[in-house]
Amino acid sequence: MSNKILPLVLGAAMGVAATTAAGATTLEDVKAKGFIQCGVSQGLPGFSNPDSQGNWTGLDVDLCRAMAAAVFGDASAVKFTPLSAKERFTALQSGEVDVLSRNTTWTMSRDTQLGLNFAGVNYYDGQGFMVRKDLGVTSALELSGASVCTNTGTTTELNVADYFRANNMPYEIVAFEKADEVVAAYDAGRCDVYTTDASGLYAQRLKLTNPGDHMVLPEIISKEPLGPVVRQGDDEWFNIAKWTLNAMLNAEELGVTSANVDEMKASDNPSVKRLLGAEGAFGEAIGLSNDWAYNIIKNVGNYEESFNANVGPDTPLGISRGVNALWNAGGFMYAPPVR
Amino acid sequence: MEQDSAGAPARASLLNDPKARGLFYQLVLIVALVTLGYVIVTNTIANLERQNIASGWGFLENTAGFGIIQSLFPYSETSSYGTALLVGLFNTILVAVVGIFFATIFGFVIGIARLSNNWVISRLAYCYVELVRNVPLLLQIFFWYFAVLRAVPGKREKWSLFDTIHLNIGGLRLPKPIWEPGSHMIGIALIVAIIASIVISRWAHKRQDATGQQFPMFWTAVGLIVGLPVLAYLVMGMPMYWEHPNFVETGPILRRGFELNVGINVIPEFLALTAALAIYTAAFIAEIVRAGIQAVSHGQTEAAHALGLRNGPTLRLVVIPQAMRVIIPPLTSQYLNLTKNSSLAVAIAFPDLVSVGGTVLNQTGQAIEIIGIWMGVYLSLSLLTSAFMNWYNQRMALVER
Repeated sequence: MSNKILPLVLGAAMGVAATTAAGATTLEDVKAKGFIQCGVSQGLPGFSNPDSQGNWTGLDVDLCRAMAAAVFGDASAVKFTPLSAKERFTALQSGEVDVLSRNTTWTMSRDTQLGLNFAGVNYYDGQGFMVRKDLGVTSALELSGASVCTNTGTTTELNVADYFRANNMPYEIVAFEKADEVVAAYDAGRCDVYTTDASGLYAQRLKLTNPGDHMVLPEIISKEPLGPVVRQGDDEWFNIAKWTLNAMLNAEELGVTSANVDEMKASDNPSVKRLLGAEGAFGEAIGLSNDWAYNIIKNVGNYEESFNANVGPDTPLGISRGVNALWNAGGFMYAPPVR
Repeated sequence: MEQDSAGAPARASLLNDPKARGLFYQLVLIVALVTLGYVIVTNTIANLERQNIASGWGFLENTAGFGIIQSLFPYSETSSYGTALLVGLFNTILVAVVGIFFATIFGFVIGIARLSNNWVISRLAYCYVELVRNVPLLLQIFFWYFAVLRAVPGKREKWSLFDTIHLNIGGLRLPKPIWEPGSHMIGIALIVAIIASIVISRWAHKRQDATGQQFPMFWTAVGLIVGLPVLAYLVMGMPMYWEHPNFVETGPILRRGFELNVGINVIPEFLALTAALAIYTAAFIAEIVRAGIQAVSHGQTEAAHALGLRNGPTLRLVVIPQAMRVIIPPLTSQYLNLTKNSSLAVAIAFPDLVSVGGTVLNQTGQAIEIIGIWMGVYLSLSLLTSAFMNWYNQRMALVER
């Protein structure tokens, strides 16, 4: 029997070593399985939220769909993994997801110490506070002694600690793992204040019993650039994520939309030609076909379309473009040119 | 050689020697396990390096930067990650100890009630057991937490008992003892009282063995343990006072309600978690107690009755001590379960080890180290609990004479 056990055990050990050490690129993996595994939030209206049929929609979801369109020409070749704030980085590091598009703040420590790369910013956010209107509070500086509900394992928890400490205000933090429980506890009156990224406050307010009874205070206490994240050490995949976002922004700037992209293909504007693959070989340079950006715009749309459909003024969230407008319209959104 | 003692033929070759073969297989298994462990560790390290993930324990000394709602010792945002993890550890131990205490009491009461001759009582206990042990614990935690939150008054109101104990959505507020110089005598008096009780109890046992006379041990011990500290308190000039929670009723709405950090505040997250754990585990303990009692032959009860013992002393002096032999081993498992189940605290914002560790993990990204700490702590807690219970089991085991 011994001469059967030993090879078996050793074989298993070698197998473990082989499968984890061998490095196929993410693009090869994704092509082999036929879809992109995308890590999203567990339900944040406007950013990534499943409907009753389990279809995911939102600004973060659109980014994954755009990457699928770029790689496969098919925006539906994506599978979504809902992740808590705590699970998200481990899921990406371990290869459980190929890209994390989950309202994740780009910080230096995350970028440098976790083996991750941020591929850009698809939403400039900042942390805010929501309170009941009947508290009569008009500024976050009046929140001394308040109890504050938030999520664990986020930059939010650190920012709120910094803010209250810097302003010398005592406070009490109640931190839950899931956003739904934060909402339930805040709604029940456990906390005076609910704090998270302002976009999240607008989204979660829709889940409260009486959304009209609550208001978001004017103070924004932090910079929260949110964007897609990939594993470090795979430049090819990093480029695809980065340029998918850039393509959507460039398309908006050049006026290319999902409705007019077919006509625009015949445009004389060299920038449009390069973007849509009529000139140059920019798609091939990132390991994709030359109509990669055409596929993104045709299947998902440009950044403006995605923004307006998911979080814009006509949606329940009603968020105006603000700092998320293009650079030439007074915002921060600035994509390097395709050339 | 030893083949003879093992009963194998003396002339058998080494290949057929059962002892040598056994040794060989064990050696092979150990080598294989060590190899596997080595491969896993080196592979993990290589992968971490390849992915540029920092590793090591240095992060424990960095500033945590986040707040924790409940801490048994001073903690602030400027404390280190290591301190934060300790806060979590002590909160876990607190929940486990309080939970085990109440679960044991409920469990024994319900287990005995289940065997009651009173139909209503035994049916009630039966329904309790069936209802509670068949509903997932996480649901029960949510039930207690959100039931607590919805049922009690809001932040600016309160329920009060004798104007000293108050309850609202912010938690249970109690007066906090403030110790002044000289109060250490109270502690010394308490220790003296406990030692005296033990000594008197030994003496009472000996006297009962010798003369058959019983001594009112219970009331003597209560008198000593309560009386001596009170005496010390009075003699030392009352060096302790109570700090009562301060309820503000005027001023800006946000400031109304209980002031932070005055008196003791038992947060609702702790109340809900402990209640859920105690009630859930009690259902299992009740069944263990019932099994233990039923394992004691009915003849023992009859014999005790024949000696003239009433029902109470029969249960206390004859049945339970014998039942304990059956009860303790599975009871240990329930204690371990309760401790490990306390990690569900993260769902309702109680800062236990898993919750705080999760935050640290997320802020630092040190997944392997944090999970190592979790595993190490729960393993140690489990081993400690079972070591204690094994010791207790040996003491309680039937001594055959």
